[in-house]
Amino acid sequence: MATDAAIVARGLTRRFGALTAVDHVDLDVPRGRIYGFLGPNGSGKSTTLRMLCGLLRPSAGTATVLGVDVEKSPDEVRRHLGYMTQKFSLWDDLTVLENLHFMGSIYGLGKQALQRRIDELLAAYSLTGLRQQRAGTMSGGQRQRLALAAATIHEPELLLLDEPTSAVDPQSRRDFWDRLFALTNVGTTVLVSTHYMDEAERCHQLAILAEGRLVAQGPPADLMENIAADVLRLDRDPGVALRARIAAQPGVLGVAQIGAQLRIICARGDGQERVRLQELLRAAGETTALESTRANLEDVFVVATHAPSNRAAA
Amino acid sequence: MNAWRRLSAIAWKEAMQLRRDRLSFGMIVGLPLMQMLLFGYAINFDVRGLKAIVVDEANTTASRDYIAALAATQVVGRPRTVASGAAADAALRAGAASVAILIPRDFDRRIQGGGRSAAQIIVDGAEPSIQSVVQGLVAVPLHARHGAVQNSARMVEVRTYYNPERRTAVQIVPALIGVILSVTMVLFTSGAIVRERERGNLELLIATPVGRTELLVGKFLPYVAIGLVQTTLILLVGRWLFKVPIVGSLLQLYVAALLFVGASLALGLLVSTFAKTQFQAFQLAFMTMLPSILLSGFMFPYDGMPQLAQWIAQLIPLTHFNILVRGIVLRGADLSELAPQLLKLLVFMLAMFSIALLRFRKRLD
Repeated sequence: MATDAAIVARGLTRRFGALTAVDHVDLDVPRGRIYGFLGPNGSGKSTTLRMLCGLLRPSAGTATVLGVDVEKSPDEVRRHLGYMTQKFSLWDDLTVLENLHFMGSIYGLGKQALQRRIDELLAAYSLTGLRQQRAGTMSGGQRQRLALAAATIHEPELLLLDEPTSAVDPQSRRDFWDRLFALTNVGTTVLVSTHYMDEAERCHQLAILAEGRLVAQGPPADLMENIAADVLRLDRDPGVALRARIAAQPGVLGVAQIGAQLRIICARGDGQERVRLQELLRAAGETTALESTRANLEDVFVVATHAPSNRAAA
Repeated sequence: MNAWRRLSAIAWKEAMQLRRDRLSFGMIVGLPLMQMLLFGYAINFDVRGLKAIVVDEANTTASRDYIAALAATQVVGRPRTVASGAAADAALRAGAASVAILIPRDFDRRIQGGGRSAAQIIVDGAEPSIQSVVQGLVAVPLHARHGAVQNSARMVEVRTYYNPERRTAVQIVPALIGVILSVTMVLFTSGAIVRERERGNLELLIATPVGRTELLVGKFLPYVAIGLVQTTLILLVGRWLFKVPIVGSLLQLYVAALLFVGASLALGLLVSTFAKTQFQAFQLAFMTMLPSILLSGFMFPYDGMPQLAQWIAQLIPLTHFNILVRGIVLRGADLSELAPQLLKLLVFMLAMFSIALLRFRKRLD
């Protein structure tokens, strides 16, 4: 397993002064898959990615990327790795063509190989018409395509993408994910961080991070299946006051209103949580019955981040 | 092979960005022109402790008294004695002295009277403000053996070498090459790394296999070319506008300029590894400029400065470049005579570059 994995991390930790940004994270990222990091801002996603490409030194723990110890030989890892930073970091004052040309040369591509690769990328990422455009004058979606094209110019084995879709519209996001799947089809491993549930759900494997800790790990479907809580549904709008009382009830981990429907996530304590909730509703004059419903990824996220010590099984 | 490819990619990108940055691009030509006109037309310069050389062919009580009296003025330091006029010429050409005092064998007889001047003071006209000072030396009285005091104004002849017409522009313009280069070169590279850090490019760049040396040398090279372009521009304007002749070898001048450009750029790179923002980088760059202009011998002759200032000046590349450029342009000196200055520039450049390289890490922490 360890030799076959694209990334193996053990006890990966990073402290910034008193703050522990990443706290003993263990990762096993299989090759040829899309592996997602899901977590709110400040949960340690970027810091973990930066440690994996050797930009930050871990305070503790080890990371082996593509079979190489990152701390010992970062440049060896970087040769086979593409990295897309959270903020667009290609050169605004260079054109699409110039940016690709530069990045290709940096990765050591020869003149002919580079020309061929650039033509491929321009076509695959719909950039042919923009080749003479300066990067600084392009839209968010266009820049994102250029950034991905640049990150894959040397056909890396591993792609690290830090919130790549945070500045683009829904259609561009869908296209972007199609491209990621196309990359995994040719064997590329993709590690992508996000705070969008719909994106997280599309990953083959998912790690949920909260306050620097890895609180759940596994395929999204398994995580939803094995959620350590009950999800209840009330097909009525209970109003603000009653909703607040439900949320304050012991054992209730989260409440979310979706249109005229209330979604309640309940811990599995003594098994009587649902009965007590129903009584609370009846006492308030609400007779509609609570229904059990399937957990979605957001529920998993709420449960996992609510009690970081309870690790959902993979 | 890959290292070379990466290095040239960095250099190409740097040049490309500079070409697109109209303001910086304009500075390459605009800054030297403006400074040439400002400094070239508006500067005039006063001095003590000049390095002096004495050729005392008479070696009598009178001649020794005269030398002691000259030294007592403090305008010249304690003169070094050399055997011949040829040795004095060599010392002047190499910049080892800026005043030479020649006392002929028949000094005592000449004091007694006659139409011929009793002694000769040779002044290095390549350096600013020396001639005016030396006029003071001429006023030092001459004592004959029997104690008669002669009015010496006509007795001592002053000759200005290398700048016979005593034009300030002739002194200023060659030195301006160094001043202008040190301002633009340090400014250009001081922002080189910080700019990319501020814009977020650096995080991407250091996540690639590009080496530290490749990155720094790649950022260095385009500016070397710009430095040489500026040198050419200043020389041309100096020639056309200020009629400054170039006595020595043009090739040697460019060799000296190349080393000086390198030393200044390396200093800028070092500044860039210290600064967190471009604004800090500019402040640090300016901090290096003022001592350069004041202590390098551009404004005041090096020999006239207090000991401490001289020590500091030794650490400033412009000090050594000024000696080189005045030597080559005005005195027609050969690089072989100026080897120590060349070597000091080389050492400075290598030291600054090495420290910058050691300080630059491909990490964010």
